[in-house]
Amino acid sequence: MALAAAYPHGALLLASPVSAAARLLELLPSAAFWRTVLFSSARILGGFFLGCTLAVPLAAAGAAWPAAADLLAPAVAAVKAVPVASFVILALVWLDGRSLALFISALMVFPPVYLNVLAGLRAADRKLAEMAAVFHVPLGRRIWGLYLPQVLPYFRSAAALGAGLCWKAGAAAEVIGIPAGSIGERLYTAKIYLQTPDLFAWTAVIAGLSVLFERVLLLAVDRLAERAGR
Amino acid sequence: MELRVEGLCKAYGGMAVLQNVSFAAGNGVLEITAPSGTGKTTLLRILMGLERPDSGRITGTEGRRWAAVFQEDRLLEHLDAAGNLRFALGTLPEGTGDLLARLGLDLGDRKAVRNYSGGMKRRLALARALLAEWDLLALDEPFTGLDPENAARCRDLIAGAASERIVLLAGHGSGGGFPVFRLTGQKGS
Repeated sequence: MALAAAYPHGALLLASPVSAAARLLELLPSAAFWRTVLFSSARILGGFFLGCTLAVPLAAAGAAWPAAADLLAPAVAAVKAVPVASFVILALVWLDGRSLALFISALMVFPPVYLNVLAGLRAADRKLAEMAAVFHVPLGRRIWGLYLPQVLPYFRSAAALGAGLCWKAGAAAEVIGIPAGSIGERLYTAKIYLQTPDLFAWTAVIAGLSVLFERVLLLAVDRLAERAGR
Repeated sequence: MELRVEGLCKAYGGMAVLQNVSFAAGNGVLEITAPSGTGKTTLLRILMGLERPDSGRITGTEGRRWAAVFQEDRLLEHLDAAGNLRFALGTLPEGTGDLLARLGLDLGDRKAVRNYSGGMKRRLALARALLAEWDLLALDEPFTGLDPENAARCRDLIAGAASERIVLLAGHGSGGGFPVFRLTGQKGS
């Protein structure tokens, strides 16, 4: 990488870390940069939370009624196996480019969260659940006191995986769908005009946002785990 | 109030655990005795609605509230005594501290139940059941792991709580002088 960057015209194909960092510093003070970050973050993180919102209740339904889990199994397997690009192109037929990242992120987050929460609920202590049933413990207290402490470790590992996946898949969807004002559009433009410092700078932004989101998310899950069941 | 069981049968994988079990229980303690593995737990589970019988008829449980001491303590190990009681009961009823003190436990003890001895866990499980609002109480070998002094104290509390309610006490003979129903059956759960 350093070798390629050292050639006089090498920067055209492979920007040096210095030029990428310089470009990033140029971008940071501009309002347009933050608007772009906000545009993509809202959709990608929205997709993450949408995926979780769908996955958790469906996993609960799957744990309560095995037939529901059997019914969902082929769909989950298909989402896991089909390449993201295929879903993106298919989704472009149904959705406008602005909603694409939301849908694709949700789709990528759904399988790991659904499968892990389902596994957690299936591994939950049935004897304690029976005790709660005999003592007529209300559902809310059962969820908080019994299920949450047992399922959160499963959710945590799925959330960590999903947090990375949603940024990768969401950005890829934006590059294909090119919604105006998105990080994906910036990446696409950088590619068209061979602006490799821009490409690297925006890639660094995506990586940074992904890491930051994962850290904050896991911190929140850990806080919840400390309180759950108390 | 009366609980009546008629012709109750239950088998697992073709092996009969309960065969044509019939008995009636009025207010007070009825001790159900049988050797280990001959269906006491299964019988209590069926009565509490946790399992379905293959055949037979149960009357006197409709709309009635159960509480139980299970064969295992079934406590939330990460919580202290008060936390366990709050989980099962919602709030701590009046007299909780006194009852725990009579059982040799301390309501103010913030120690997680995982650090309790076997006997302390058993007594807390019994306290949880006695403090609940119930019409029928199922006790599955409640004195397991208790020394004779604590077992006698628990027996007295159970007898006191049963004056106008039904208590079914499964075990090998508590020595409490309660009426006994002797369960005979195949070796099972």
